Amino acid sequence: MYKAEIKVTLKPGVLDPQAKAVAGGLSSLGYNEVESVRVGKYIEVILEADSAEAAASRVEEISRRLLTNPVIEDFSFSLTPMEGEA
Amino acid sequence: MKVAILVFPGSSCERDCYHVLTKVFGLESELVWHTETDLARFDAIILPGGSSYGNYLRPGALAKFSPVMDRVIEAAESGTPILGIGNGFQILLEAGLLPGAMLANESLRFQCHPQDIRVEVDRTPFTHGIAPGTLLNLPIAHGEGNYFIDQAGQARLEANKQIALRYVGSNPNGSVSDIAGICNEAGNVVGMMPHPERAAEAVLGSVDGQKIFKALINYWEAKK
Repeated sequence: MYKAEIKVTLKPGVLDPQAKAVAGGLSSLGYNEVESVRVGKYIEVILEADSAEAAASRVEEISRRLLTNPVIEDFSFSLTPMEGEA
Repeated sequence: MKVAILVFPGSSCERDCYHVLTKVFGLESELVWHTETDLARFDAIILPGGSSYGNYLRPGALAKFSPVMDRVIEAAESGTPILGIGNGFQILLEAGLLPGAMLANESLRFQCHPQDIRVEVDRTPFTHGIAPGTLLNLPIAHGEGNYFIDQAGQARLEANKQIALRYVGSNPNGSVSDIAGICNEAGNVVGMMPHPERAAEAVLGSVDGQKIFKALINYWEAKK
């Protein structure tokens, strides 16, 4: 069993209205050192796989097919083997 | 002509579409649940607005895996007129039947007001017979209507005459090139953010939306 922690971000160059609003909020709170903000998503998937390679290729596939929209989003992920499996 | 109006969990504009098609235009129409696997009896398909699957993950992202969507993809390839309105447009984008993607409105606000729209091409079944340049006043109601496509994609849209509708006056959501609606290369699949079904009777303040449905009827008659 593996835990995949998937990070989804808007591609560089794609306007991020949420991040703009967050950056505005930080600036109005006085955090003037903040240079830029990007907002993304964190998705956790627990899956059964024979090997780390197999798990990685599966996570890659589901990220491309559903978890992200490749037109506007990029993703990266890390995999951790889970303890206590049967 | 018989028109399918697809209903996904969370669709909310299907009855408005059904009312306009059957009561205003006297067409045969059917509300079709998203688990349907046969659309052969229909001559046109509408994907209505709403929030399919609660707009979880991304608007339209989960609806694209509904069983009916395989049939919609086949119908699109065989030239059947298909119209996605609002969330229906978002589903067509996620399903890859139309290019590009939707982002949150630049203002981050849900935009809900009448909006002037310009018809740009008359080669789609839903703009058939409407002279390019014609202005329509149609309601918009969306939080994620900020149409995005990269520069190469935008150039392809322009070159192939796939930009079907543009916002006139102020752009309500920040969409690329003021895009309010596009079609696929063949022209039979159209997605639009404005809601023609909400402006198809005088009592609702505008009848401009009738033109979109009338265009489909005229297209169908001309094809016969």
